[in-house]
Amino acid sequence: MSEHPKDYLGAKMGMWLFLFTEILLFGGLFVLYAVTLQRYPAEFHEASKMLDTTMGTINTIVLITSSLFAALAVTALQKADIKKAKIFLILTIILAGVFLVNKYFEWGAKIGHGIYPGSPDIADWAPGKQAFFALYYTMTGLHGIHIVIGMAVLGWIYWLIEKEKCTPDYFIVLENGGLYWHLVDLIWIYLFPLYYLIA
Amino acid sequence: MSDTVMDKGFFAPKGGSKIMEWLFTTDHKRIGMLYLWAILIFFSVGVCLGLALRLELFAPGPTIMTQQAFNAIFTLHGVVMIFLVVIPSIPAAFGNIFLPLQLGAEDVAFPRLNMFSFWLYIVGGGIALTSLFTAGGAPDTGWTFYVPFSSISTTNVSVAVLGVFVLGFSSILTGLNFIVTIHRMRAEGMTWLRMPLFPWALYATAWIQVLATPILSITVLLIAIERLLGMGIFDPARGGDPLLYQHLFWIYSHPAVYIMILPAMGVISDIIPVFCRKPIFGYKTIIGSSLAIAFAGSLVWAHHMFVSGMSDTAVMVFSFLTFIVAVPSAVKVFNWLSTMYKGSIRPEPPLIFALGFIFLFAMGGITGLVLGSAGTDMHVHDTYFVVGHFHFVIFGGTGMGLFASMHYWFPKIYGRMYNKRIATWSAIIIIAGINGLYFPMYLLGLAGMPRRYYDYLPQYTDLHQLSTYGSWITAMGLVLMFWNLWHGRKHGRVVGKNPWGAATLEWTLPSPPPTHNFDEDPIVTHGPYHYDGLIPEEDAVNESEGDK
Repeated sequence: MSEHPKDYLGAKMGMWLFLFTEILLFGGLFVLYAVTLQRYPAEFHEASKMLDTTMGTINTIVLITSSLFAALAVTALQKADIKKAKIFLILTIILAGVFLVNKYFEWGAKIGHGIYPGSPDIADWAPGKQAFFALYYTMTGLHGIHIVIGMAVLGWIYWLIEKEKCTPDYFIVLENGGLYWHLVDLIWIYLFPLYYLIA
Repeated sequence: MSDTVMDKGFFAPKGGSKIMEWLFTTDHKRIGMLYLWAILIFFSVGVCLGLALRLELFAPGPTIMTQQAFNAIFTLHGVVMIFLVVIPSIPAAFGNIFLPLQLGAEDVAFPRLNMFSFWLYIVGGGIALTSLFTAGGAPDTGWTFYVPFSSISTTNVSVAVLGVFVLGFSSILTGLNFIVTIHRMRAEGMTWLRMPLFPWALYATAWIQVLATPILSITVLLIAIERLLGMGIFDPARGGDPLLYQHLFWIYSHPAVYIMILPAMGVISDIIPVFCRKPIFGYKTIIGSSLAIAFAGSLVWAHHMFVSGMSDTAVMVFSFLTFIVAVPSAVKVFNWLSTMYKGSIRPEPPLIFALGFIFLFAMGGITGLVLGSAGTDMHVHDTYFVVGHFHFVIFGGTGMGLFASMHYWFPKIYGRMYNKRIATWSAIIIIAGINGLYFPMYLLGLAGMPRRYYDYLPQYTDLHQLSTYGSWITAMGLVLMFWNLWHGRKHGRVVGKNPWGAATLEWTLPSPPPTHNFDEDPIVTHGPYHYDGLIPEEDAVNESEGDK
């Protein structure tokens, strides 16, 4: 996303605008969440109890730590410590993977219990509880897709560093990739209390 | 005349495969041309669908197609025209070609991203068209994809909304690219208040594209999720709410009509002073009104839902805000007319199209107030009145803006001039045709004819037939106009670099402009409507040919 090496500010402005669009994309879903919560506060309270807070907490810590590593990778590259930058980048990607594995087990357990949209087991639940899980799967699912995209982008940036196309003199790509990763992290920081902690 | 050897500018082959160098070009002018051709191809598809609809409605009862085909065709007409033609039309085609030139830049800020946007556009269009021929057949929900019908329709809605999702992404990236370009790529001396009004309009548009389109993306994605995974987010039985769909849909789709109209207003603001040889009246108020439209237009979405179920307070607030949008729109119209006052008017074809824009846009805009006022809206909601209003604004507004830009910039792109007499006639025929096509719809709507109906009561027959005759006149005008331009590309009279005597930067370049745009970075010392010392080359031609 940065064709004009000279225009550092332009590349950064472009990235920030893109992050705005991401926030708005999730914003639509947050609006849906707010309206539905306001309509079914009791059912949301009930349904939230069924989520595994421990798993959620672990994932939150994992993601915040990965965000820290992403920031450290940027600083390392700015200080021309390419080796360190690459290590931190790898650590970020590994933690992203840990998040997804964790998510897999969490979703797997829920689906194993027949809690998923369209499942016959929940067809007679109160509408509010069904809506909670529909939104839960949609929002955490979309967030999960963003994690996968983030891993691919960070992997690509690792390759760019390897090929010396992203260097201590020209680090905007890594910086923008880091910004994207922080956004993915930030969205989770909102999702976590809205789903796990409202009980 | 036509065998004069011309410099081909950015059209000149670079060596190597001609197809590849066009498809993978990062030159903003070539990308703009690719968009233009793609848009015009989709436009002709949309026009044919529209003509088929009008033909079906020529008489009550079945005329040429089945009910299901009729539903599918009005849906497709909407999807193709809105997402593939009107939204990208002026910004993606002429914005790409002329924004960097008007700013004195070498390209847009992110040329590779620009190519990527074009590819997303083609892929999105491809996906949308695929939905026609795959399982279940063409979608029959209307372009608005309202739930609950869109989540239960057996036609291929999922694939169509996926196409819309991809197209939205393309639109977002173009907007993002333009904002950064305008902030970062202006030539020396090109201050914000020396920018022509076309870039200003694109700037306002780009912000709407960036801020509103993601909402549409998530909304149509939710329909796909609802259909494929059975989520029930819009299903009341499972805790969902179909009204929320309408809100989310219009939060994007109302601002989207300003994505459609603002760039056209920008073009008109650039054309009128050139052909009146007078600086634009109220330059700053036009800028302010563009920004005001972009801002206020984002707060009026629920006026599409007056009869859907809303509190009275909400109805009054949205109705009031809708009236507010009329103010900056009217400011623009008065500014254009004041520019013409005591100007030295040259009735060249681009000006004829621009005047057509003002007339038709005013017709559509004023009837918009009938719809924006909650009381009268109850009566005409979901009738042909709405169809008439929308087509006057979008075909009469954006469509005429697109045709005006085609005639205005044609000599810059090809270095040749089309036959101006035929161009003027085609403009007059199209303007007359549009009135014939859409004015009866106002009367039909007031008389109670609902929109999207396959059949109607016999008392509506005369007006429907009038409208269908109008569609034929419009089609004839379009054929004449496109034939004239097509012919002019290769056989038109060769013109100099500034036939209209315009003062914006693109006219200082040779026609067609060279690949690298400016030989040396331009330094701007005056505003975009400073005509001292510029004499339109066409004046001499008109005089010697006795043309007009």
